[in-house]
Amino acid sequence: MCPYSYNSWLSGVNTVTVALNLYRVSTRRSAELVLLVGAWLIGVFAWILVDSATGETSFGGWTSLLSAGILLLITHGVVRWQAPYADPLLLPCVAALNMLGLAMIHRLDIAAAQRAESNGSPLPTPDVYLQLTWMLLGLVAFILILVFVTDHRRLQRFTFTAGFAGIVLLFFPLLPFIGSEVNGARLWINVLGFSFQPGELAKVALTIFFAGFLVSRRHSLALVQNKILGVGVPRAKDLGPLILVWFAALLVLVLERDLGTSLLLFGLFIVMLYVATGRRSWVLIGATLLTAGGAIAYRAFGHVRIRFDVWLDPFADANGSGFQIVQSLYGFANGGLFGTGWGQGYPQLVPFAKTDFITSALGEELGLMGLIAILLLFAIVVERGARAAVATRDPFGNLLAIGLTAVIGLQTFIVIGGVSRLVPLTGLTTPFLSYGGSSLVANYIIIALLIRISNAARAPEVSDTDLVMRQDVRDD
Amino acid sequence: MFAMIRQINRVTAAIIFLLLALIVNLSYLQVFKAGDLRNQAGNQRVTLTEYSRERGPILLASQSIAESTPTVDALKYLREYSDGSTYASITGFYSLVYGATGIEAEANNVLAGNDSRFFVDRLQQLFANREPKGGAIRLTINPDAQVAAMNALNGRTGAVVAIDPTTGAILALASSPSFDPNLLSSHDAGDIQAQYEKLNADSKQPLLNRPLAMTLPPGSTFKLITAAAALESGQYLAESELPGPSQINLPGTDVQLGNWNRRSCGPGDVTTLQSALEVSCNTAFAWLGMELGSDAISEQAKKFGFESEFEVPMTAAISRFPVDPNKPQTAMSAIGQFDVRATVLQMAMVAAGIANNGVVMNPYLVSQVLGPDLTVLQNTNPSAFGRAMSIENAKILRDMMVGVVKNGTASNARISGISVGGKTGTAENTPGEPAHAWFVGLAPSEQSKVAVAVVLQNGGGATEVSGNALAAPIAAAVMRAVLKQ
Repeated sequence: MCPYSYNSWLSGVNTVTVALNLYRVSTRRSAELVLLVGAWLIGVFAWILVDSATGETSFGGWTSLLSAGILLLITHGVVRWQAPYADPLLLPCVAALNMLGLAMIHRLDIAAAQRAESNGSPLPTPDVYLQLTWMLLGLVAFILILVFVTDHRRLQRFTFTAGFAGIVLLFFPLLPFIGSEVNGARLWINVLGFSFQPGELAKVALTIFFAGFLVSRRHSLALVQNKILGVGVPRAKDLGPLILVWFAALLVLVLERDLGTSLLLFGLFIVMLYVATGRRSWVLIGATLLTAGGAIAYRAFGHVRIRFDVWLDPFADANGSGFQIVQSLYGFANGGLFGTGWGQGYPQLVPFAKTDFITSALGEELGLMGLIAILLLFAIVVERGARAAVATRDPFGNLLAIGLTAVIGLQTFIVIGGVSRLVPLTGLTTPFLSYGGSSLVANYIIIALLIRISNAARAPEVSDTDLVMRQDVRDD
Repeated sequence: MFAMIRQINRVTAAIIFLLLALIVNLSYLQVFKAGDLRNQAGNQRVTLTEYSRERGPILLASQSIAESTPTVDALKYLREYSDGSTYASITGFYSLVYGATGIEAEANNVLAGNDSRFFVDRLQQLFANREPKGGAIRLTINPDAQVAAMNALNGRTGAVVAIDPTTGAILALASSPSFDPNLLSSHDAGDIQAQYEKLNADSKQPLLNRPLAMTLPPGSTFKLITAAAALESGQYLAESELPGPSQINLPGTDVQLGNWNRRSCGPGDVTTLQSALEVSCNTAFAWLGMELGSDAISEQAKKFGFESEFEVPMTAAISRFPVDPNKPQTAMSAIGQFDVRATVLQMAMVAAGIANNGVVMNPYLVSQVLGPDLTVLQNTNPSAFGRAMSIENAKILRDMMVGVVKNGTASNARISGISVGGKTGTAENTPGEPAHAWFVGLAPSEQSKVAVAVVLQNGGGATEVSGNALAAPIAAAVMRAVLKQ
């Protein structure tokens, strides 16, 4: 059990901390600024290449690019002010992804405009402006989190509020009138003409809930009653929460037909349960429940069966149920090693190229090399998030940071694996790349929380005595 | 309390492992599997890339018969064929749905600009930021001869091939009935499909490339090969006497093989090689075939191109002489019946070999490969397939063919002021159905400029007359067009 109070300890060593601050720890904020300018420039060059390859310059590129740049600069200023010791790589990495996403959405806007022109139909409204607006809202949310959540540990007080909010958000789209169904999945709400995917915010709220809940229950959840085949099995009465989450995930799958969110939430809970308890048996039980849930869903629901069969053989019905994934595979193949170059492929042939399938659009025009670079950006985000999780000094922070990191990592895997046929296609947005406001806002909130936690972890409050104490506690 | 660090590190490693799995899968997809996926039927991207580039034209000496014109729709260029149905058996079509055929398919690398010879051009285009453009193909086709052949066929089911005997250059390659390749090369997939299905369901098979893809029994025109074998054996001259009764018994059978006019081929049932050819005497050639033996005739046929595959560049069907026929079968084969099968191209090559002093040239359609700026990249050098007969024997056979037109069964092939040589044929395919009317010929006999073969499928009655009545006038029209008479 936890033998001491973190807060009381903090006040005790405050004087030491102040003294230690005299030899200042490098904040790495200038590195962040340089990298952020680099991330912005990647987007600028991509945009210029798109315009020159397609011969379209009538989209007011510079206004968009400059506003995106100014937004990022302001955000950097707020980080400097509110979280000076935060990890310097997180914001530039997601900014680079966001800028690449903007350039690809702009490129697909041009394709849509050209198509409308040749058909003689009215020009569609470019989506890139809306995405820029969402980027603005995402960064505002980012700033608000940094300003108002000055200490991530305070979030633990809102454990059950967050849990309640998460459930409400998750099942919001089921409400009559405001809920709406898009492409067979009921995961949108329409309010005042704006459509929003509350499931994206739900995953942040539920991560906070899981972290708070598991921190308080982890010791009993880690108890082992007996062993089967050498693996410790938790007590039957502790299975409750896992079964509950499993049931909720199945409900999402059944009522909203949202395979992706269902899989993501369940996977997230397994990951956090394992981290909190250190019991691999939870992972085994989780995997069993996942398989069972999958098997039930496969037998009971046509849409799950179709997804799975298409995964096994997309070419069996290449013009019907397999159309999306087949077109996506053609896009990847056309890109090859180096890609066709910005504006020179046919990413518009893939349905939902701006949202779920943006990776296949990027794979076509930037090639394998471009995608590896993008995946490395995600890997850096994951590694930096994990680093914050390891370095922070409170168990709630540990758990929250790894949970938030896992959300981004798992979602990236599920969606990119889906469009490249590594796993069945489930339909999720690619974090920071895809067109979609709820996703962008939710992911910027995640990064803001990670920056908040990494700031706490890296702030020069750590003294040698603290390290000694950490050793002590580790032996509990 | 901080024991979570171990789990966090493990979870991080697992997520990084998942991201690595994505990279491995994408490498497989984009590098190793990419070729298969690109070539998958139904993958529009390859076609779209091709359509986004100006495809090079297919040219005759002074006109273009296929070229790409800019459009406003998503496929930036439309393939258009001027006088499409006249040249359809040569150009083929270039279809979004059904791919390409004919020269469009065979010369696709040049026309689409993918040929390695364009490497320098492509670099220049890249640096000059000019739109990439395909190369051009110039054909050996003589438009006058091609138009004359199509007009003379006039929609009837048949085919014409005309060859320059000295080079092997194909001057006309006509297939009738034809189709309009513009219908299959539009940008409307639904319409293309409807048009194709209609053409494909047509019992007259307009999509069949008759002169190249179809083999038929050559009938009496095959007597030229039997005559050549006789001359080459050294035992016969034009004046050599042969038995020519009104009918002979095929040994070992009850079958009586008769002449088409049921008459004897000469006084006292004796004829000469020359007059047997002139009147197309079945009994004399059947006897001659049995005397020479199947090996000698088969060898002679092979020297003219039977049993060989020719790419003009479209691959022609292989013409066949039966393997190890018995005596009666040899007798029937010697007059071009039984299992002898030949393409119209092959029969034109027989005439061309005789016309070219015994040397058979390889047939070809492409005379020049040109770059995007129409500079000549490659001229086709005529090449010999081989010598089929000696110069002397070729001259003897040519004179015999002139006799056929002047005194014999091929009177309708005459052209005033020109000495034309020829041979008619009527081949029974299926008993009871009208026979195929054949004519092969050459002109002028002294120094031939054109060799021609014509077939009209199921053209007329079962008499030798139909070759003269139906096929010979078509050949005469084509030869006149080449000779500008």
